[in-house]
Amino acid sequence: MSRLKILTEHINKPEITGIEGYIKNGGYRALEKALKKMQPDEVTEEVKKSGLRGRGGAGFPTGMKWSFIFKGNDKPRYLLCNADESEPGTFKDRLLMEKIPHLLIEGMIVSSFALGVNTAYIYIRGEYMYVMHILQKAIDEAYAKGYLGENILGTSYKLDLHVHPGGGAYICGEETALIESLEGKRGNPRIKPPFPAVEGLWGCPTIVNNVETICKVPFIVNEGGETYSKIGVGASTGTKLISACGNINKPGVYEIELGIPVEEFIYSDEYCGGIKGGKQLKALVPGGSSVPILPNRLITTTANGTPRLMSYESLSDGGFATGSMLGSGGFIVFDEDQCIVRNTWNFSRFYHHESCGQCSPCREGTGWMEKILHRMEYGHGRIEDIDLLWDVQRKIEGNTICPFGDASAWPVAAAIRHFRDEFEWHVLEPAEATRRNYGMGKSAEPLAQPA
Amino acid sequence: MIETQTIAFSPERLAEVQTLIKRYPEGKQKSAILPILHLAQKDFGWISVEVMDYVAGLLDIQHIEVYEVASFYTMFHLNPVGKSVLEVCRTGPCMLVGSDNIVKYLENKLNIKDGETTPDGLFTIKTVECLGACGYAPMMQVGEKYHEFLTEERIDQLLEEFSKNATQP
Repeated sequence: MSRLKILTEHINKPEITGIEGYIKNGGYRALEKALKKMQPDEVTEEVKKSGLRGRGGAGFPTGMKWSFIFKGNDKPRYLLCNADESEPGTFKDRLLMEKIPHLLIEGMIVSSFALGVNTAYIYIRGEYMYVMHILQKAIDEAYAKGYLGENILGTSYKLDLHVHPGGGAYICGEETALIESLEGKRGNPRIKPPFPAVEGLWGCPTIVNNVETICKVPFIVNEGGETYSKIGVGASTGTKLISACGNINKPGVYEIELGIPVEEFIYSDEYCGGIKGGKQLKALVPGGSSVPILPNRLITTTANGTPRLMSYESLSDGGFATGSMLGSGGFIVFDEDQCIVRNTWNFSRFYHHESCGQCSPCREGTGWMEKILHRMEYGHGRIEDIDLLWDVQRKIEGNTICPFGDASAWPVAAAIRHFRDEFEWHVLEPAEATRRNYGMGKSAEPLAQPA
Repeated sequence: MIETQTIAFSPERLAEVQTLIKRYPEGKQKSAILPILHLAQKDFGWISVEVMDYVAGLLDIQHIEVYEVASFYTMFHLNPVGKSVLEVCRTGPCMLVGSDNIVKYLENKLNIKDGETTPDGLFTIKTVECLGACGYAPMMQVGEKYHEFLTEERIDQLLEEFSKNATQP
């Protein structure tokens, strides 16, 4: 069955990486159309109509974000592309930039035109240095072709586009930390307001968008926002790249139309191809390490018994009590042999390592969570540690400058919420717990019916 | 006697630095700090205090401004490292498919622990957090290159290649 692919239709053609191959396959038509036939605000209008939501994780409507850009002063405006992809489980933007860099560049030019931007930057994580070289080559090609620089396509519009490498810091994926980092400082998030759309890079109005978000813009300009809005389901319009990993037969990046059943995504040969080795599905983190982990019984159906779909709404159905989030699309699958305590400890170590250290609840709390989970995993846990852990995560959530604190707390909270029996087993049977894994536990048992 | 290395970019590198600085508005040259630190690490192997002071001079900013940045971002080696730094991802998705064993295998084979360098100065093992290769795990980064779907056999091959490259003139 062939499905609509907005971003990845041509991705396997080797010629698509170069500018001529990209043009041959229909590239840079949106640039032509936007610059010659549309007003900047008309582009923004189409993006609004499309219902496109930010693909970095938060899912904020892109057109609305663009409309916040402050136009009341004569300061230059900036568009920054967030290519700092570092959310564990997420590796989708890398594919786009590596294989089809001109899609991002075309998206950046059209979006910059819409926003009245004359200088734009792609902030890419430093570890993706080889991808940055690919982007730089593509940018050079676009300059040579007259798509960047002065008088683009003979119009009065000018744009300079540069790449900028990070230095290895997850926090720089948070937009104000990214701005600080681009200014040559430590990646410490800023207090909002002022929002970047008013005071961002060097105090100027700034919009920060994820790679995948920007890459959707050429399609929306070509086909119209309304066409895009008809793809997908409800307020989850369009397609989404899902990077699938963990214990599955076919890890990789898949472009799906939002709204397909989670069950189909996991078991169909078109996508993940089922659990590796024919094992049982134990748990799922559907949207990158920060979103709540779901136990088996809540993955393919919601608590109400309706099929769980790959969409913003369905994945969060039931709130944090029984749901999770679509997030960045980092889809991490756990089989029956995986240890939830070990994984939660691993994630906590990640957040402790990556905390910028500005806010005490996060700087200290992430360290405490790592320490407590470490002792549980290695057979020295105490039964009161479970409640202590719950208490620590509660004191981080909502008490920090940026959402990193929440992101470090949610995975711990969800693990305790759904897998408390496994934590208890680790504490009560330490010798056994260091020898073998707990197995499925109660993860597949039906939910208790509320009275 | 302490060996001292003269810290100075080649004329080609200096031209590259000037191009980088021009990407940012006038007076905002500090923004070029991360790209220049990457170049410095490439040329000098690690980021010593001398290197940081040199970068501060190039950008006409205070030394402390470079220290605080270099010490925040984990890609910069603030101590000497081996010729090949084996940066093995240890985060969740990699762990699910065996990164713990990859680290153990490397530690045993090279007879050093995470964070240490072999006595011959060829290898450093450094475990790192998510490198965005979760679907192609386990993996490690060496220099700019990603090595994915690692197995013990693949590691043996790679280490041999790295040793050969390092000892060639």
